[in-house]
Amino acid sequence: MTNSISEVVDNDVIFVIGTNTTENHPVIGTQIKRAKAKGAKLIVAEPRRIELAEEADVFLQIKPGSNIALLNGMLNYIIENDLHDKEYIAERTENFEELKESVKSYTLERVAEICDVDKDDIAKAARMYAESDRAGIYYAMGITQHRTGTHNVIATSNLALACGNIGREFTGVNPLRGQNNVQGACDMGGLPADYSGYQKVFNEDVAQKFEKAWGVENLPREGGLTIPDMLDAIGDGSLRFLYIMGENPMVSDPDINHVKHALESIDFLVVQDIFLTETAELADVVLPAASFAEKDGTFTNTERRVQRVRKAIEPVGDSKPDWVILMEIMRRLGYDKFYKDPSKIMEEIASVTPQYGGISYERLENGGLQWPCPTKDHPGTKYLHKEKIARGKGLFHPVEHIGSAETKDEEYPFILTTGRILYHYHTRSMTGREEGLNKIAPSSFIEINKCTADKLGFKDGETIKVSSRRGSVDVVVKVTDIIDEDVVFMPFHYACGAANYLTGAALDPISKIPEYKVSAVKLEKVG
Amino acid sequence: MVKIEINDVTYDVPEDFTVLQACEQAGIDIPTLCNDDRLVAHAACRMCLVEVEGMRNLMTACSLKVSDGMKVKTHTPKVIEARRSVLDLLMSNHPNDCLTCEKSGECKLQDYCYEYGVERGSFVGERRDLPPDESNEFYDYDRNKCILCGRCVRVCEELQCTHALTIDNRGFGALADTPFRAGRAESTCVSCGNCVAVCPVGALLPKREKRIRAWDTKKVKTTCTYCGVGCQLELITHKGKVIGSKPVEQGEPNHGLLCVKGSYATDFINHEERLKTPLIRRNGVLEEASWNAAFDLIVSKIKETKEKYGSNSLGGFTSARCTNEDNYLFQKLFRAVIGTNNVDHCARL
Repeated sequence: MTNSISEVVDNDVIFVIGTNTTENHPVIGTQIKRAKAKGAKLIVAEPRRIELAEEADVFLQIKPGSNIALLNGMLNYIIENDLHDKEYIAERTENFEELKESVKSYTLERVAEICDVDKDDIAKAARMYAESDRAGIYYAMGITQHRTGTHNVIATSNLALACGNIGREFTGVNPLRGQNNVQGACDMGGLPADYSGYQKVFNEDVAQKFEKAWGVENLPREGGLTIPDMLDAIGDGSLRFLYIMGENPMVSDPDINHVKHALESIDFLVVQDIFLTETAELADVVLPAASFAEKDGTFTNTERRVQRVRKAIEPVGDSKPDWVILMEIMRRLGYDKFYKDPSKIMEEIASVTPQYGGISYERLENGGLQWPCPTKDHPGTKYLHKEKIARGKGLFHPVEHIGSAETKDEEYPFILTTGRILYHYHTRSMTGREEGLNKIAPSSFIEINKCTADKLGFKDGETIKVSSRRGSVDVVVKVTDIIDEDVVFMPFHYACGAANYLTGAALDPISKIPEYKVSAVKLEKVG
Repeated sequence: MVKIEINDVTYDVPEDFTVLQACEQAGIDIPTLCNDDRLVAHAACRMCLVEVEGMRNLMTACSLKVSDGMKVKTHTPKVIEARRSVLDLLMSNHPNDCLTCEKSGECKLQDYCYEYGVERGSFVGERRDLPPDESNEFYDYDRNKCILCGRCVRVCEELQCTHALTIDNRGFGALADTPFRAGRAESTCVSCGNCVAVCPVGALLPKREKRIRAWDTKKVKTTCTYCGVGCQLELITHKGKVIGSKPVEQGEPNHGLLCVKGSYATDFINHEERLKTPLIRRNGVLEEASWNAAFDLIVSKIKETKEKYGSNSLGGFTSARCTNEDNYLFQKLFRAVIGTNNVDHCARL
């Protein structure tokens, strides 16, 4: 998030796009509802009439995959009606003229047709967003999990920049990160081309800095493979050894049949986890890890706040904290570095990672710190780009609507979109072991509009077969009116009837994110 | 700033302060059952009564704003007697069952009765005798223990914004409950547990398999392991096992709120299916093994693969579920020790 969670309640316009916040980030969801109760205006753009849509001042029930069209259409309306922030654009941005030209073709009429929403609603939303001084955009995987995921995000940034909504309190472009430490895993260099702090592996100065800091030579200068690339590399025999820590791609990754084939055929697979997950079952060696309750450390939340994780109990059985396991493997491979406890690892992180430079366990005792926090006396950063945009000038980057890789056709006439529900988390390796949650949400389902269900003769609670070009699953029908007639929704949590047997391998070429949100499917009676 | 005199000492306090806030700032302890700084002052419990010069009645400190020259007395005999009467009235319609009550040891009513010397209620008459609402999967509501402070209702309304609760009925029949007292399961309740976390007495309690005394538990402040909000919570442990969790009362980013997963999905931690020992595949079957054997095998495979096919034939998925320190070491292992940048994680899933 460019801004902070605590700013949500003081927004006066909240633009929610591609996030079912009350289910996936429930505590932020409460803040949006509180802001609304205090008088804020709420704009919701979502393919489903989610809980927040019920309270929205403008609800745009857009088609999956039409985000760029909507955002460009709003931008075009704002510019045509002279609602953009000309002073801000002149002072703090560049490339506005090119952007202006690029969105000209996104007329309300055209965009209304692509998104399948009322053109007056688009105009109303655009005006509402542009006229506010405290307008925040909140998004999640609903806009990123598309083959245009990166461009979708850029489109939100274009909109925010045009209205002067970056670098000020109560505004911003705010991705709501889905996993406890997904921000931290990125910050720490869990990416193929980045050391910690997004320092690039191909930058010679950076590589030399890390060689010196780590006391090694010849760090590789070329970027590595992403997860989808690694799975493909197993197929062509170029990847022979895979080490998976705390991840369950056998449920969470797209096109599970493809994942399964890869993991079954690799020479050697290590899986380190707290349960024998669907992925661990395929491993050659399984290492038992300690859970978050059994170790010290830090997580970094969606607003860049680094916070302590504290050991509450001893590791269960003979399990060990992940860092202890990794340290031991490094030692046995001849890299003899000993860390007494995780605070020592944080000292090393701070020494090589500018954004974390001022972070230490001692300081975190008094509460979390938001990066960038470059020095020991720096208070942390509530919102980004305050003095100036980090890269110098905010860059308008024109992006075009190209739609999704798959569209519905005669054989596969429905669009499947996937997501989470309140009562489970990711692949259920944790929440699936909580009796109460299983009682409330015992098994997978597919949301189908009532008219569609009637037409196809499906009853609520009936098991049907859902197929895409990649696979098929049997799943229970949930008849609803919150979704359009040609769109269906499934949660991806459940290994049984897993939605990801259906999802595709189309990737965003820049970020390599899979297009989970749009797959063409057909629906059939069973038997 | 205004000047206010509390117990004959003058203090400078901000003009938008309540008398309760002024007392807190001065380090003077005022009892209250219904106050919560995050909520609109409710003045329901009447425990925070104070004497204010020039005012005819005792005033509730939580709802009274300070004014310049105000003179307040917080512990006069009249005030003490009034607070004792409040407790007496509450206890006259409250089960006197601290011996078996799960809340004992962290119950504010119990604490104040102790402090003010109220052993039992002296008003003999009708008592509330209602069945409990046990329909929620995670917590129970003992209607007979409700003291009508309204904190549950107001948290659900003002902070959680779920609007599942109301003060139903009026007078002696009044009760904090779901509409028509249909039970939690029939309401809009999303089981966030934020009402349970603020209940000052034993009316709202998490369901627990075993009876465990509060003073036999330990609490450790940590960060929730589910979504990216990073809520601060306390893990409650007993004899080396995690038995529950509750929100840290104040502070960023969650200000005392949690969702159903943060409040109630901790059973996995000590679940019997947890992996407890390394496993090595032998003849197609995963079998228990020692750490030493597992490390040896992994290290020899890393060396062998690297030698035969080069560093880039190895890769690793690090994890958005693990700590920063775990992630940092994972990428260091692959880049610095194995010699490849084939490191990625589930950021896109």
